[in-house]
Amino acid sequence: MSRRKVTIDGNEAAAYVAHKVNEVIAIYPITPSSNMGEWSDQWSSEGRPNIWGTVPTVIEMQSEGGASGALHGALQAGSLATTFTSAQGLLLMIPNMYKVAGELTPTVMHVAARALATHALSIFGDHQDVMSVRATGWAMLSSNSVQEVMDMALISQACALECRLPFLHFFDGFRTSHEVAKVEELTADDMRAMISDELVAAHRARSLSPDRPVLRGTAQNPDVYFQARETANKFYNAAPAIVQQQMDRFAQIVGRQYKLFEYVGAPDAERVIVLMGSGAEAAHETVEHLVSRGEKVGLLKVRLYRPFAVDRFISALPATVRSLGVLDRTKEPGATGEPLYIDVIAALQETYAAGKSPFAAFPRVIGGRYGLSSKEFTPAMIAGVYNELARQQPKNHFTVGINDDVTHTSIEYDPQFSTEETDTVRALFYGLGADGTVGANKNSIKIIGEDTDNYAQGYFVYDSKKSGSITVSHLRFGPNPIRSSYLITRASFIACHQFVFLEKLDMLRAAEPGSVFLLNSPYPADQVWHQLPNKVQQQIIDKQIKFYVIDAYEVAKQTGMGVRINTIMQTCFFAISGVLPRQQAIEAIKYAIKKTYGKRGEAVVQKNYAAVDGTLANLFQVNVPSSASSTIELRPPVPPQAPEFVQGVIATIISGHGDDLPVSALPLDGTFPTGTAQWEKRNIAVEIPVWDDKLCIQCGKCVLICPHAVIRAKVYDTGKLAGAPESFKAVPARWKGLEQMKYTLQVAPEDCTGCTLCVEICPVKDKAQPKRKALNMEQQLPLRETEAANWDFFLGIPEFDRTKVNTNQVKDIQLLQPLFEFSGACTGCGETPYIKLMTQLFGDRTIIANATGCSSIYGGNLPTTPYTTNSQGRGPAWSNSLFEDNAEFGLGMRLSLDKQAEYARELVGRLTEVVGVELAAALLSADQTNEAGIVEQRKRVNQLKAKLDGNPAPEARDLRNLADMLVKKSVWIVGGDGWAYDIDFGGLDHVLASGRNVNILVLDTEVYSNTGGQMSKATPRAAVAKFAAGGKPSAKKDLSMMAMMYGNVYVAKIAMGGNDTQTVKAFMEAEAWDGPSIIIAYSHCIAHGYDLIHGIDQQKAAVGSGYWPLFRYNPALVAQGKNPFQLDSKAPNLPLEKYIYNETRYTMLTHSQPEAAKALLVQAQEDVHTRWKMYEHWAAMPPTGKPPAPVLPATEPAPVAAVITETEKVEK
Amino acid sequence: MNTKIDLSTTYLGLDLRNPLVCSSSPLCKEIDNLRRMEDCGASAVVLHSLFEEQINIESRLLDRYLSEGESYGEAITYFPDLTQYNVGPEGYLEHIRRAKASLGIPVIASLNGVSSGGWVRYAQLMQQAGADALELNIYYLPVSPELTGQEIEQMYERLVHAVRSTVTIPVAVKVGPSFSAIPNMAKKLSLAGADGLVLFNRFYQPDLDIESLDVKPTVNLSDSSELLLRLHWVGLLHGKVPVDLAITGGVHTPEDVIKSVMAGASAAMMTSSLLRHGIERLKSLRSGVLDWMDAHEYESVRQMWGSLSQQKAAQPAAFERANYMKVLSSYATH
Repeated sequence: MSRRKVTIDGNEAAAYVAHKVNEVIAIYPITPSSNMGEWSDQWSSEGRPNIWGTVPTVIEMQSEGGASGALHGALQAGSLATTFTSAQGLLLMIPNMYKVAGELTPTVMHVAARALATHALSIFGDHQDVMSVRATGWAMLSSNSVQEVMDMALISQACALECRLPFLHFFDGFRTSHEVAKVEELTADDMRAMISDELVAAHRARSLSPDRPVLRGTAQNPDVYFQARETANKFYNAAPAIVQQQMDRFAQIVGRQYKLFEYVGAPDAERVIVLMGSGAEAAHETVEHLVSRGEKVGLLKVRLYRPFAVDRFISALPATVRSLGVLDRTKEPGATGEPLYIDVIAALQETYAAGKSPFAAFPRVIGGRYGLSSKEFTPAMIAGVYNELARQQPKNHFTVGINDDVTHTSIEYDPQFSTEETDTVRALFYGLGADGTVGANKNSIKIIGEDTDNYAQGYFVYDSKKSGSITVSHLRFGPNPIRSSYLITRASFIACHQFVFLEKLDMLRAAEPGSVFLLNSPYPADQVWHQLPNKVQQQIIDKQIKFYVIDAYEVAKQTGMGVRINTIMQTCFFAISGVLPRQQAIEAIKYAIKKTYGKRGEAVVQKNYAAVDGTLANLFQVNVPSSASSTIELRPPVPPQAPEFVQGVIATIISGHGDDLPVSALPLDGTFPTGTAQWEKRNIAVEIPVWDDKLCIQCGKCVLICPHAVIRAKVYDTGKLAGAPESFKAVPARWKGLEQMKYTLQVAPEDCTGCTLCVEICPVKDKAQPKRKALNMEQQLPLRETEAANWDFFLGIPEFDRTKVNTNQVKDIQLLQPLFEFSGACTGCGETPYIKLMTQLFGDRTIIANATGCSSIYGGNLPTTPYTTNSQGRGPAWSNSLFEDNAEFGLGMRLSLDKQAEYARELVGRLTEVVGVELAAALLSADQTNEAGIVEQRKRVNQLKAKLDGNPAPEARDLRNLADMLVKKSVWIVGGDGWAYDIDFGGLDHVLASGRNVNILVLDTEVYSNTGGQMSKATPRAAVAKFAAGGKPSAKKDLSMMAMMYGNVYVAKIAMGGNDTQTVKAFMEAEAWDGPSIIIAYSHCIAHGYDLIHGIDQQKAAVGSGYWPLFRYNPALVAQGKNPFQLDSKAPNLPLEKYIYNETRYTMLTHSQPEAAKALLVQAQEDVHTRWKMYEHWAAMPPTGKPPAPVLPATEPAPVAAVITETEKVEK
Repeated sequence: MNTKIDLSTTYLGLDLRNPLVCSSSPLCKEIDNLRRMEDCGASAVVLHSLFEEQINIESRLLDRYLSEGESYGEAITYFPDLTQYNVGPEGYLEHIRRAKASLGIPVIASLNGVSSGGWVRYAQLMQQAGADALELNIYYLPVSPELTGQEIEQMYERLVHAVRSTVTIPVAVKVGPSFSAIPNMAKKLSLAGADGLVLFNRFYQPDLDIESLDVKPTVNLSDSSELLLRLHWVGLLHGKVPVDLAITGGVHTPEDVIKSVMAGASAAMMTSSLLRHGIERLKSLRSGVLDWMDAHEYESVRQMWGSLSQQKAAQPAAFERANYMKVLSSYATH
């Protein structure tokens, strides 16, 4: 049978089969497995049926714990059901996994295996998660490549049904889940042939049904539990044989033969490596290479890890084996070895003890760790392991791929060793995030995969910043199967899609002699040479590189492509790489364009065609001179004045050489210094704002809205201007009483992302030329040096006295130093202004518990982080525990601080004589409700410390250590809507109910932004999101209303762009309230699908339409006899559609399902209307101290026509 | 009311039961509204315009935001990329099909293109979808000082010719009043294949907000004062250029309809009146016309058609410069 060749990634391969052979799919987003859920949701929303002709039900749950519960229930009720997950998500499923296995339930869970959050979170691939569930009783089947993922997804399903065991099918996160490869697609017939209807029927027959009721999930006592637990043994005993039979059956049907343990290498091998996962492919390639050189080495790929079939394992090994290297992609601190190593030892020992060992002697076994968090695992490292095995005294419990200079576990290897085949094209593409490079390369792989007989592989590396990031695409094509599960380090083709990268990255390091270098250059072919850094010139000459340039941005501009250069660079690649004949390649590109973009409209197709046609005439080969002449050097990753740790560790990571850092360079427990983002001068803005000091009214709105804290203001004494650079601007301060002082608004040119929000919000217009504002965007490059000097001078000017700032007015907020700066958040991010404001107001006494998500990534992802300190060295202390526990994590911080403060106060009381009566009384009765009070208390604490210094009494020492606890501390619990509305809602609710003084900031983007925009319960009705491909049918959860129901919780709903004064008030009141506070902050987001330049306008529209009413519920007002609920926005004056249809998340539904969009719009407008009525009612209530019960409309929702009428009324 | 009065007319070769035609407006987006228009007496409807530029913008925006991402490993994209999107003309074509299936009166599709390929392609598709006629809504704003009036006129001619060569259904051209020589332009459009001319397009003009120093797009409904310009030119053109004429802009009262017909229009099109008073307004317009004709003993619309055009009016000079002089002197005498 001929099967379709498709070019897809591992996640799609798994989801393809899972969706075909299941009926209920419970999903929850977590990287890198989210895509499996996304595909499933999309396919079901498009009506794609499974092999039985029915469309699977896909449901997003509130957490992985919820998904596993739903899975368990669906299975118990007789459906074929599945789920997908990774990392901590898998750990959240453990309780149910035991249940599902204990009840002998057939199911398959597909896991993109990922590192666990320990000393740090990591989204990348290893086996720490799957190894954590090896005790649950699930069978575990490993896939090593994209093809295997598709195959094993089916095999495991067939096995689960026959074995009556749940199967965990896993593959390496990113390396396999995100690798794009050409594979053979299984057909529905293949699946029907593999899935036995009788076994499906048997599964249903075992299910719970009131028509044949049984009881499951009993509580058992010491008398029978143990025996009952042993009843399952026979199923586990039988499983390996069944799995092999199913693999054999698969081979008969499809033609690919798999083994539980698959041996590759010399039949008489003496040294054998045992491992599983994608690393086995690189090992396979290495073994073939070494065997061809006559080495007696081999490789045993473990596919069925649980149940571990000892006899099959032993029989798969050549009897000649003398030593085994068992490699685990996981770490089990304190264990006698990692899991696979221990299993191998046990298998050998049992066999030997039973007298069945086929080996001449008991093989020497060493265990090693490799590849944690997608650390590269290369043929060089694998060869290093074989070399280690050949040693007289090989190192056990070794590591490979790192330099462990502390406990000396690492083994040596020759990094120059390579198995790359010469007939494989190896291409590297350096692109800017969002310039389309990755998409174009995926397209290229498809073209080559589908239009030629070549095998094709693509792997994409992204960096940790969300703005201005660099993507590196690694593409291989060739006539032989590609097993190279590692990055390209020897490239025959290198493309640099952004000229500025040349000064940052040594990209030609990977260029092979005679390779091709394609550069997107604003300089023409006859001028570009002199613009290259010297090192680049030298490499081009030394390696005889064929050098081509194109001004892709110019071609893009001319052809209507804007800033997307993907199609142009792709055309260049085909034109000069010779992978396909040029004309055939052009036709193939155009065909691919039609296929990819056709559904998005003819205009898109036409502009891409125009880009293809316009490319070749603008592509030129450069005549390379015989010597390098440039004086341009690569820029250092950080400036020389950066601190030692930044120079040593952070700079190495920034420059892309973090792999070279030895163990000793890294902090022991994940603790890093703050204030490091200031050293990473990213220079990503093409244009930056320039201050017109004559127009400026010093309102401070630009400072408030800036997402990256790159625009700042200071008021200072004129004398501080001494020594200012010539271009430094200063004008008289426009504050009453401060007219003698100077005011400067300064931009950090090298940290600005060019988002333009500051310009957008600027309220001033030049009367003669209204398009000019007090801030205007200008080219960064000509301003870089002078403005950088101005910025440095500006930083040296002392901060304004905080005690004199009136925090009731926005204008004054600009004078407070932000302690959150230069984050890697998206350009124009809607979240970060709120965090920055919080740090301005309370940052020097704040501890932050940060839920996993965007805010933890831009807040804490290496190499550099944005939280920083003031001149006294104080600033936010920040930590991220998990996604699912952040509210509790923050509460724990509060409890801890309160307890220590309480103890400190007790000690002050006990030590009054030592402290002094007056100071003790002052310390204990201090008013810390404002900045001045806190400053005074700090002075008292310093006096206290001075008095206690050197006092040896235990209580005095304790008080000395805890003295700082006498100064008020602010606890902020920060996270997104996925955290607050979904996964930790239970915890959040409990924390709100605790009555403790915590401040919760919900950065509501209405989707799981960090994982790519999946629906949360904050997602509004009618919006399309991942997991809601058909538009969200239900209304957004009103979290604020739920919180208000407690009565003693401060609640505010804010939108900085809608009303900045209300935003500032809310922060001040929330922090002042001695109890739980929650602020729900409207955060515009890239996942909303519009140009974030208009973020402020959209916030205004959200408020104006009544979609996002602004209010504050302040329990403190009750004591003043006032209504605690204050509505801060006016009645809706804009139809909802005028707000929502500015955003792709809504308009795409009008394109995909117009009728549904129309109906949902009507309902969504009604939601607004109903909620507004309720809030209006509350705002008018007399002060009762408690919110009134929600008043629902007395009648049924108005019919459609009436709603339209209402809309029209609003419009008028 | 005299039920024997014949209100029927002919426009673009289509037999209309009266001259009251609903012109292109947002009201025409809803099939229910179209049905109500027919029920209230409209003799034909011109659907809202298909804007090629809008389709292109929507396509590009969709493409742009679906392509966003690719910068961070956890969020390589931000939206599901669905199998198909209704970003092309399909929605509009379906609207034509549904309108045709729902109405007994002629359905005139309206097209506003930006590319020569677009005009022809969409015109063909509209015919295939069942439109009884096409109205080409040519809205070109010459902002370049390099562009001459002649070039623009040639562009109009080429475009009409291209569409005319593509479709077999009647084609009307809706134009603005800004040509240097309207009669000559009308003749050229007729030679290029236009079956009718719709006078005149009302261009949305930006207003200036002197408080915020902003330029703001505005949409003002017309009133009867705008009718005079149309009456003037229809009166001048009637009988001189072999095309049907329709008036749009300023038709609000039964008298406005009668004036339009008397000037020489085959159809009096309206939008603002319906937006202001509702679709039911058609009923009173129709009965008002009948009452007037009854009171003035007219038997048919054809009887009054073009009766006050320059060709037939008692004072043809009033259409020309003499009128200007007269108005000025009449002011002077007050």
